[in-house]
Amino acid sequence: MAALLRRTFLMSSLLALSVGCSVESKPSTSGTPSLSGNGKSATNETGGASAAADPADKLNGEVVADGSSTVYPITQAVAEEFMKVHKDVKVSVGIAGTGGGFKRFVVGDTDINDASRPISEKEIAECQKNGIEYLELKVAIDGLSVVVHPDNTWCRALTIPQLKSLWSPGSTVKKWKELDPNWPDAEIRLYGAGPDSGTFDYFTEAVVGKAKSSRSDYTPSEDDNVLVQGVNGDKNSLGYFGYAYYADNSDKVKLVAIADGDDVSKAVIPTNETILGGTYKPLSRPLFIYINKKSFEKPQVKEFVKYFISKGQEFVQEVHYIQLPENDLKESQKRLAAALGSK
Amino acid sequence: MSVRIKLQEPDLARRHRIGKAFEWLCCGSTWFGIVVLGVLLMSVAWKAMTWPAPKAMTATAQATPDKAQPSPPPLSKKFFTNYHSRNPREAGLLSALWGSLWLTMLVALFSVPIGVGSAVYLEEYANEGRLKRLIQLNLSNLAGVPSIVYALLGMTAFVKMFGLFHKDEEKTLVVNLLFTTVDIPLPFDRTLISGALTLTLLVLPTVIVASQEALRAVPSSIRTASYALGATRWQTIRHQVLPAALPGIMTGVILALSRAIGEAAPLMLIGALTYVAYTPGEITNVADIFKNPHGLLDAPFDKFTAIPLQIYQWINQPKAEYSHVAAAGIVVLLSILLVMNTAAILIRHRFQKQTRW
Repeated sequence: MAALLRRTFLMSSLLALSVGCSVESKPSTSGTPSLSGNGKSATNETGGASAAADPADKLNGEVVADGSSTVYPITQAVAEEFMKVHKDVKVSVGIAGTGGGFKRFVVGDTDINDASRPISEKEIAECQKNGIEYLELKVAIDGLSVVVHPDNTWCRALTIPQLKSLWSPGSTVKKWKELDPNWPDAEIRLYGAGPDSGTFDYFTEAVVGKAKSSRSDYTPSEDDNVLVQGVNGDKNSLGYFGYAYYADNSDKVKLVAIADGDDVSKAVIPTNETILGGTYKPLSRPLFIYINKKSFEKPQVKEFVKYFISKGQEFVQEVHYIQLPENDLKESQKRLAAALGSK
Repeated sequence: MSVRIKLQEPDLARRHRIGKAFEWLCCGSTWFGIVVLGVLLMSVAWKAMTWPAPKAMTATAQATPDKAQPSPPPLSKKFFTNYHSRNPREAGLLSALWGSLWLTMLVALFSVPIGVGSAVYLEEYANEGRLKRLIQLNLSNLAGVPSIVYALLGMTAFVKMFGLFHKDEEKTLVVNLLFTTVDIPLPFDRTLISGALTLTLLVLPTVIVASQEALRAVPSSIRTASYALGATRWQTIRHQVLPAALPGIMTGVILALSRAIGEAAPLMLIGALTYVAYTPGEITNVADIFKNPHGLLDAPFDKFTAIPLQIYQWINQPKAEYSHVAAAGIVVLLSILLVMNTAAILIRHRFQKQTRW
């Protein structure tokens, strides 16, 4: 009897499972914030544009960001604070690298892509092919820092031509003496960004003149902490990475001043002031976020980007990047307003 | 006769010396591993209990007051209740902890029926033959395939679903369960269920092989005796073979699960290397399950992160304090693994005593 009862129960629960399976298909433009929207969030999902106008109105749904690991600390900080205000919004921030992030962005997988370099021609073409319109916003400035070991007493400044001769593909410079005859006859050991990072693209473009062209006999790493450790462990080393990693490790490595032309006396050390004032050239670079314009139809993305551009600047400094100069910030705000206005 | 024995004596001493040397060598190899492991564990544990000394020179003017305040060590209660934060002293692993918990549960849910089922079929039903030998060979090969290969498979099969669904349309499969409905996104995208299914593929060969060994260890006399008493094949398996093999199967499953919990590479590809400040199904403690039972059904379709990935993410951060936060994460992960492996031993011990024919 018991077995029979058990069996019927099993059967009926199986039946229940199979009841009413249906595949619903809806265009993603409907502004439905979330696929994984649970029961309670379904109530005010249809609010659409009107909900966005009033920030007190409860926002929910997802914001999906991915991209550069350099920009990640900023986006993460903004997301952290944003979610304290809007508790039902789920923001996720990936670190696939600028290029890896764009691969997802150009097919519409993500709402926002963090980028440590401008979008490339090829990526623009992909966007057009897939019918994706985007908005580019500058969010902060980074100064690529060239660093040496703290005990390195000779190398205080380098010119861009010197760096170029050092980092060009097939470079034969092996010893410090070859950069400057007054420097010691010791081997230079090089550390730099790995080829998948936006930092690598930017550095090679600024120094060698062509993105992605670099000598290959150096220690590459996508993980900047590895580079810090490498330079710190070797008196004859030289490396480069983003300013934030220098700022957090200023006791382990020493900055080198960079001169844009041939004249070493005009070399400039990267600091908040020189990067912001634009005198630290050519290794200052803007950091961007790219937003899929279609995503502005989701109120939570719209609010997130607004928050990014208004409050975001506070966090930029906190994570050791440099805030946008006022003109650039105004420009970003104007572009965002224009994009939102056109909707 | 006695002369010959005397002749061998110096040789005997030499052989004893060789024997002794070999013993020391083996002893040395054992201790090498143990000592290195001990040092590593100590340094991680020490790191997890302290913060780095504040930098002496750079923060001259910026001697912030909060540095003066003593904050709890990285591995404190806060570590289990907070999400990742840009402030290392506030960072915790709440989302990763629940992510790993869900992953383990889902992997167990998928891999136990499939794994044990295949093992039972192969051991109890399938005829010996070329096909079975082929399957057997593939199983043992698959158990050694690098996890990144499974990651690529999982990416295509679960995250993208072979591109069967057009990008511009979000499809949702609504499953009606009489009392409630579940919305299943198609394709699964970068959600918990994709991660769990990928890890299931990864551990399945291990589960099958371990279960097979356990079934094979059941003496065939038991089966014959059962048949002799008129039991059918199903009754024999259900009442004799499976209970006897259970401890072995459980051990295999738990060891496979502890491999799944430590895996990082497949999940990284699936896209779990992400800052996620919410838990699957918004369940952050047991009480939430009663408040929002529907969260249990939504959880598998949420974005997630897991402990090994959270650790990796912390190690990548520029601030030196994060390496201590990462150490705290490592301590938690190791503790979970230790508990799981202990459970495996205990279960085997307990059940072994019970089985008596």
